[in-house]
Amino acid sequence: MEVAKTYKLYIGGKFPRTESGRTYQLKGPKGENIANLCQASRKDFRESVIPARKAQASWASKTAYNRSQVLYRLAEMLEGRKAQFVDELKQSGFSLLEAKKEVEDSLECLVHYAGWADKYQQIFSSVNPVASSHFNFSVCEPSGVVVATAPLSNPLHGLCFLVSVCLAGGNSLIVLASEKTPHVAISFAEVVHTSDVPGGLVNILTGFEDELVEHFASHMDVNAVIYARNNSKVSQKMELASADNMKRYFNWSDLEGKIKYSPYFIRDLQEVKTTWHPIERISSSGSGY
Amino acid sequence: MSKKSKNLEPNTGWDFDPAPEKVPVEIKAQYDLFIDGKWVKATSKKFFNTINPATEEKLSEISEASEKDVDLAVKAAAKAFGSWSKLPGKERAKYIYRIARILQERAREFAVLETMDGGKPIRESRDVDVPLAAAHFFYHAGWADKLEYAFPGLKPKPIGVAGQIIPWNFPLLMAAWKIAPAIACGNTVVLKPAETTSLTALRLAEVFEEAGLPPGVVNIITGAGSTGAALVNHPGIQKIAFTGSTEVGKVIRRSVAGSGKKLTLELGGKAANIVFEDAAIDQAVEGIVNGIYFNQGHVCCAGSRLFVQESVREEVLQKLKFRMRSLILGDPLDKNTDVGAINSAEQLKTIQHYLSLGKKEGLEMYQNAGGTPKKGFWCQPTLFEDVAQSSVIAQEEIFGPVLAIQTFRTIDEVIQKANNTPYGLSAGVWTDKGSKIFNLTSELKAGVVWANTYNKFDPTSPFGGYKESGFGREGGIHGLAAYLNLEG
Repeated sequence: MEVAKTYKLYIGGKFPRTESGRTYQLKGPKGENIANLCQASRKDFRESVIPARKAQASWASKTAYNRSQVLYRLAEMLEGRKAQFVDELKQSGFSLLEAKKEVEDSLECLVHYAGWADKYQQIFSSVNPVASSHFNFSVCEPSGVVVATAPLSNPLHGLCFLVSVCLAGGNSLIVLASEKTPHVAISFAEVVHTSDVPGGLVNILTGFEDELVEHFASHMDVNAVIYARNNSKVSQKMELASADNMKRYFNWSDLEGKIKYSPYFIRDLQEVKTTWHPIERISSSGSGY
Repeated sequence: MSKKSKNLEPNTGWDFDPAPEKVPVEIKAQYDLFIDGKWVKATSKKFFNTINPATEEKLSEISEASEKDVDLAVKAAAKAFGSWSKLPGKERAKYIYRIARILQERAREFAVLETMDGGKPIRESRDVDVPLAAAHFFYHAGWADKLEYAFPGLKPKPIGVAGQIIPWNFPLLMAAWKIAPAIACGNTVVLKPAETTSLTALRLAEVFEEAGLPPGVVNIITGAGSTGAALVNHPGIQKIAFTGSTEVGKVIRRSVAGSGKKLTLELGGKAANIVFEDAAIDQAVEGIVNGIYFNQGHVCCAGSRLFVQESVREEVLQKLKFRMRSLILGDPLDKNTDVGAINSAEQLKTIQHYLSLGKKEGLEMYQNAGGTPKKGFWCQPTLFEDVAQSSVIAQEEIFGPVLAIQTFRTIDEVIQKANNTPYGLSAGVWTDKGSKIFNLTSELKAGVVWANTYNKFDPTSPFGGYKESGFGREGGIHGLAAYLNLEG
């Protein structure tokens, strides 16, 4: 007799059940039951913003080198559990070949973005030649707490992509897993949990976008929200609600079915900060202070 | 600090002779709309007055653009986009360079007009607004043929028609901030200035004519909120850039949601200006004054919350009040004037409302004793002492010469207090210790941080906010992204 796994949520570095007590049955392609998944509630989401906020500040203060190594560590952990993910993807109707590719792509994604963590800053920063006696420079700073709906069709690769771009850039993440293949996301939470990712930095919810996205977009302590699926009505709803606290909104719908690699995704989740300081040039006419 | 002797007390017994700027500026009795390179009558046939806020005298009549006029302007811009976007970058650059040069040549005329229409001191319009406006055109002109170097790995493409709505605090400068990058990137523009300050934007249209800018590349339409709304909601617009209040910014964002229009918003602020005990106090006091009384405090990035370390509170307050008493309030056209007129009766009412709220809260208020001219809209430089974090004076953007002073003991405390606001546009830090500067500048959640200086601007320096101060940057290489579709 096989021991079936209970899939729960991943919030604040712990695996709680949904506070709502609601579950839904995940079915395989032939209608067979795979597992009971938590149907995360608004409260679950709100509960995850708190640790995400806390974890983000200390994550942002880590060195870029350190962030890079933690992301790379995620790949190392995933590598050792490839077989499990292939099996779970197959349960959801992926062919063996497709499942293997999805896992390989996920690994590549993590390694790729691990390398960006200590590089994007140099690409997107500048020293600005102002016409006065000042030293002036612009750097990127993380947006903060990011909430995303993961693409439906790449349940693992899409999730790894969102985790990568957020973490590489010093942000924390709350992500709603693909509704079609959510159990893979919760298994990935185990990978996150056994890597060196601080608790609360990545939070993974399973459930339905209909009842959650507006809460994502209207939460006053969230800095950015990403919609990576291609329903324009849902997107508009989220964009509308984002105005409440002027959170940054990104419609990354073209990622559905086609994950892309570019540091500009990291760039989207950054704020540009410009700092001025006088240069005391005693000999020149321009004054210092 | 010397003893307060009567001889040293500023503005007592020694009056400056009037020194008004005398360059005459011709102002037409009525202004039409600038659409498709021509001056056209508004279909609404409606006009509104624009007045000099320092004298309340009517300067001119401004057309009120209707929905139909907006439509005509957008169509003209859309038509012009075809050829303007295809023009080689180096040719677009030449037009924009020419605009910069003409602005420099006609600088005095623009400065006087800006001061008459908006109330700001001639010293500021002459030394800040107009030269910076010219610099913005000059800087962005050079980008027109270099855009493919700005975003490695991406192909820059112009967006289309940009609808731009600007505020009344820096009328010409904001027009330059918006128009220069837009047209350098190959877009065309419909710009609406604020209703109280249309004159310099309309004169800028004359500069475009003089520079031979092709018809329709920039269209200037005038009017109030409804004209702006028509522009925002017009389906022929691909990009909206707005500078103004957070409240209106949210309205715009909601109406644009789902339309696919690109949006940048530069909104309100409530900046913390932080003075540590180890700062050069005299310079810091100059920075405080410049931070909040520059342009009568009508500055979104104004240093309206002063945080003073407790140990230097007395010294800073004494020097600050002394410096405030030396500020000359009066005729904005006078070259000695430091503080000009409040931009409008409406804004004066808003400021006075906050002053009465502060007094009602029981806050200690200090104001310059000097009187104000009988005509016009005026507010003496004001400060409130020992303001609580929860006070409305410390929370809300007043957009006037009103400073809220708070004190702090530790660095962590001041970081926490400074960031405790929905805004995040700018901040100031005063200390002589380098490591403290870098700690503070990285901890403060603000798009622009001035360390040992304040209210400095430059076309190469990206400007824009965190949080509810909006998104997107204007100026520098980062500002270009707002006016390009970047294809991977």
